[in-house]
Order: sequence, then C-alpha cells, then structure tokens
Amino acid sequence: MIEARGLARSFTTRHGTVEAVRGVDLSVAAGEIVGFLGPNGAGKTTTVRMLTTLLAPTAGTATVAGCDLRADPAGVRRGIGHVAQGGGTDPSVPVGEELDLQARLHGVPDRRARIAELCELLELTVPASRPSAALSGGQRRRLDIALGLVHRPRLLFLDEPTTGLDPQSRGNLWEHVRSMRDRDGTTVFLTTHYLDEADALCDRLLIIDRGGIVARGTPAELKRRVAGDVVTLELSGAGEPGPAGGEGAASSPASAASPASAAERARSALARHPAVREATVTGRTVRLTVQDGERELMGLVRSLDAAGVVLASVSLARPTLDDVFLAVTGRSLRDAAA
Amino acid sequence: MSMARTVSDTRLIFGRYLRQTLRSKVAVVFGLTQPLLYLLLFGPLLTRLGGVRGFGSGDAWQVFVPGVLVQLALFGAAFVGFGLIGDLRSGVVERLRVTPVSRTALLLGRVLRDTVVLVAQAVVLLGAAFALGLRAPAAGVAVGLLFVVGLAVSVASLSYVLAMRTRSEDAFAPLLSAVTLPLMLLSGILLPMGLAPGWLDAVSRCTPFRYVVDAARAAFRGDYATAAVGEGALVTVVLLVVSVALGARRFRAENA
Ligand SMILES: Nc1ncnc2c1ncn2[C@@H]1O[C@H](COP(=O)(O)OP(=O)(O)OP(=O)(O)O)[C@@H](O)[C@H]1O
Ligand SMILES: [Mg+2]
Repeated sequence: MIEARGLARSFTTRHGTVEAVRGVDLSVAAGEIVGFLGPNGAGKTTTVRMLTTLLAPTAGTATVAGCDLRADPAGVRRGIGHVAQGGGTDPSVPVGEELDLQARLHGVPDRRARIAELCELLELTVPASRPSAALSGGQRRRLDIALGLVHRPRLLFLDEPTTGLDPQSRGNLWEHVRSMRDRDGTTVFLTTHYLDEADALCDRLLIIDRGGIVARGTPAELKRRVAGDVVTLELSGAGEPGPAGGEGAASSPASAASPASAAERARSALARHPAVREATVTGRTVRLTVQDGERELMGLVRSLDAAGVVLASVSLARPTLDDVFLAVTGRSLRDAAA
Repeated sequence: MSMARTVSDTRLIFGRYLRQTLRSKVAVVFGLTQPLLYLLLFGPLLTRLGGVRGFGSGDAWQVFVPGVLVQLALFGAAFVGFGLIGDLRSGVVERLRVTPVSRTALLLGRVLRDTVVLVAQAVVLLGAAFALGLRAPAAGVAVGLLFVVGLAVSVASLSYVLAMRTRSEDAFAPLLSAVTLPLMLLSGILLPMGLAPGWLDAVSRCTPFRYVVDAARAAFRGDYATAAVGEGALVTVVLLVVSVALGARRFRAENA
C-alpha cells in the first residue's frame, strides 16, 4: 500500500535549513495497521503530509495506494483518507454541511446513510446544524476523523487521531479502526505519542527520531530487542533488622557495613546467574533485568532458595515501549516530548 | 481532470462559500456601507461641479456612479484573500486538497461566490444611485455591471494568489493597501482623470482600472461605440485571463 524510498524534506527558514525528514524508507502492506511513533518534531507529520500529496518531497520516491506520488498525485488522493493533526474544519460551518461536502467531493453513494452510520459509530451525536466552533474538543476531533473516513478509503492516514479524546472515545476509535481493517481490509498508517495506543492497536511500529527511522518491528519484537524483562523480588522481612537502608544501585556499598542483609545476599547470589543483566537493590526490593524472564524465573527463585533468601513476592513485567524508545534514542519518550 | 468534474466541483465549492457568506450577513452589509457613504456624502458635492472643464460631458451622477461601482469591485474583491488565509490556518484548505476535488474548482468556486456577492452589492448601490438622481440607459448600466463582473473575478483571483503566497494576515494586509490605494486613486474613481495634470494623467494611463472606469462612464452616458468602451473591454479581458491563469496555476501547484 505504501512503498517509500529515501523520502526527505527540508524547510528553508530565516534561521537556516531544517531537515525535517532525512531519507525515510518504509513499506506498509495492504491490511496492516502501522504506527509511526516519535517525539515532537521528529518528522511524523511532515512524512504524512508528503505521503498524502500535501507536501512535495525534496528527495525520494513513493508509491501510495498503487499510484506514484509525483507522477499521479490525483490517483493517490482517490485511494486515501487523511485526518490531519490539527484538524480541518471551519469553526463557522455546521457539522452536517462539512460532512455532506466531504461526501459529495468523494462521490460517496447514499451519503445520508453513510454519514448517519459514521456519526453513530464515532458517537458524534450533535445536531447537524451546530457549527464546529460549538463542539467540545473531543467532538471536534471525532468530526475530523469522520471527515477522513466518510468515503471508506483503502488507505487511511491518521495523524495523532486520539489527542484530546477521553479514554472511552479512544477505545471506541481503536475498535473502529480494527474493525475497518478486519471487515474492509483497510490499511491504516497512524502517528501517535501514546505508547499504549501503539501497543494495543498497531501490527507494526516505526520509531522515528530527528527525521530518521531508528527502529522498526512488531511491538513484541521491539520489546524483545531491549534489555529484557523486569523481575521484581520482594524479600521477606522475617528475622531481619529492617530495610538494608536507602536506595542503592548494583555497585552501591550502602549495605556493605551492615551485616549481610537478605537483599545483599540475594543480589550477590543473582549476580552470578547468567540471565541477569542488571540488579538493583532498593530497601527490601530487588529489581532485576532478565533476558527471557518467563523461562528463567524458576531458576532464579531456586538459586535464591539455595542462598537462604526468603521471598515475600515475585513479579515479572515485560518491557514497555517507553523502554524501547529509551534504548533506541537514549531519551525517554516522555522527556523528549516535553 | 475532466471538465465535467471541474464544473460540478466548482458548484459544490461555490455552495459552501455562498452559505458561509449568507451566514455572516453583517459582513455583506458592511461591504456596502463604504460605497454607499461615498454616494451619499460625496456625490452631492460633485453635482455642483457639473460643467467644470475636464469633467467630461454628462450628468455628474453618470460620471460618479461608475467610479463608485469600480471602487466597490476593487475593494470588495481585494479583501477576499483574508478568507483563504483563515482556511489555510484552520486546515480546511489541506483537508479539501487531499480529496479528489479539482484544484481549479477550489479557486473558481470561491471566485464565483465573490462575484455573486459583488454583483448583488452593485445592484443595491445602483438602486440607491437612481433614488439619488442617477439617470442612465439600461443597456449602459448592464455594460457597467459586466465590467464589475470582470473586475471582481480578476481582483478576487489575484487576492487569492497573494493570500496563498503570504499565508498570514500580518503580511497580507499591508501589501493589500499598498497596492489597492494607489490603483484606486490613479484610476480616477473619485474625479475623472480628465482633470489631472499631464504627468498624473500619464501615470494613470499605465494602470488598468483607469480604462475600466472610463469605459463604464462612457457606457452610462450611452456612448457604446467609443474607443473608451473598446479599450476598457480589452483591458478587462486581458486582466481576467491573466489573473485567472495565475490563480489556477497557484491552486494547482503541488505545494500550495
Ligand atoms: N512549514 C515548516 N517550515 C519550517 N519548519 C517546519 C515546517 N513544518 C515542520 N517543520 C519542522 O520540521 C520538523 C518536523 O516537524 P513535524 O511536524 O513533522 O514533527 P512531528 O513529528 O509531527 O511532531 P509532533 O509530534 O509535535 O506533531 C520540526 O522541527 C518542525 O519545526
Ligand atoms: Mg505532528
């Protein structure tokens, strides 16, 4: 559905040249939901605007919805739908008129039924005569989305579709996007800042940072690529003089002075274990980064047993996309976006 | 892009913007106040000038009303670019551009709306002028309205081109007054250029609206088969073709 090679775009401003997108290669197969993840200013919107014919690339080629971006932009436009990050409605124009015009321009058969269906699906239950200035932020966002979907495009570009939506509307939109894919085979390319959204909705992710793609794969693959799973051990306090004191990293001598606490014993027992990448002690809690945690968990517990450490609880957590982001860009997505 | 598609898209875009105009009736009424004020507060002064050398033959209203009509078309159409800047900002332009809509229709639909609004205002203005004492042959008035249409289409197209290029009210507004005010003064809208000293008359002949104003005045006097009407028609047609071509090119550009 999308095949892009070396797509690049720079802007000339008064303060020099901004290379917003630097040579992006991407391919999206029909029926896929692909997420485009990255911090503010990474180049997501610029890439989407190029792929939707709104912005001419300074370099590179792309085929979108079966048509060449440069040679046949009109063909591209016939095959796609686009919901822009900033929306695209006139505040003074009534909701019904916006939807009707959009449907007419796309030549949607049986407009009225389609618009009614869409408004119901997106729970956009406002009078058609209301101007969009009088909608709530979330309602306006849903109107933007309805405008992008009205003609049932084969390929849909959603630029941060769920910003400003409440959790229920977000879940509702995810469900609708999934059902469009399952029922009509719609291909979806969406940008997002929300890791849970990328995780829950996307078959495949592309992570973009400073204009270049820095990682790609399914959410599970990406997460497997980083450090590993996180195992948290809570040590039993029975017979101990209390927490071994303060926060301490793996190398912290914090507890060296005190009689070998359970936490220290646990840490040194685990440090010899080959699957453990990193161990951190905080009070009575030991946090381990473990390769292939699910499989190694039993072995870890056994070696703790052998060292005479009594456990109160054990928990295993998969890495989050935020960990992935941190690993590939060296920054947390939340910090980068701040 | 087929012709039929362009026509039907133009109709849709025209409908959108006409409804927008009808929703903001205040703006339409205010657009009329300036020329009406000229008519009411300046026109009566001119009637005292009849017979002054260079004023041309004909009744003072026949000289003055065509000028006010051209002024209405010039100023009314020059400001339409502000609406486009609003649509650029709200994202409406990009939203429409991702649809298969004909790019030319995005221009023509708007220009058509502007023209319809200006012609309606011109008719109201003419009604007021007749009430104040204008007497002119119906055919002459019709020719005058044709000039209004030609000017409205041309100036509106150019205004959109300028709006697309500047993309911000802050840059567009000063540019607009820098262009329109001298063009209006040089066209002899308020007083005929026949009164001007030689150098001013010469400069005036380098600007397009001079010819249109002279032509409309001749038409209001009933002198249809004159050089003035021919020149005015020629200038208007050239202006029309050039402006619409520039506008269409701008709207078709990939990066607009
Ligand atoms: N029209 C423009 N002129 C100049 N610079 C621009 C323009 N559009 C975007 N940029 C710059 O290009 C870079 C990428 O912007 P882009 O909008 O693609 O980021 P993004 O990934 O969508 O960010 P966000 O998450 O904030 O939406 C930014 O540094 C931005 O300032
Ligand atoms: Mg963006």
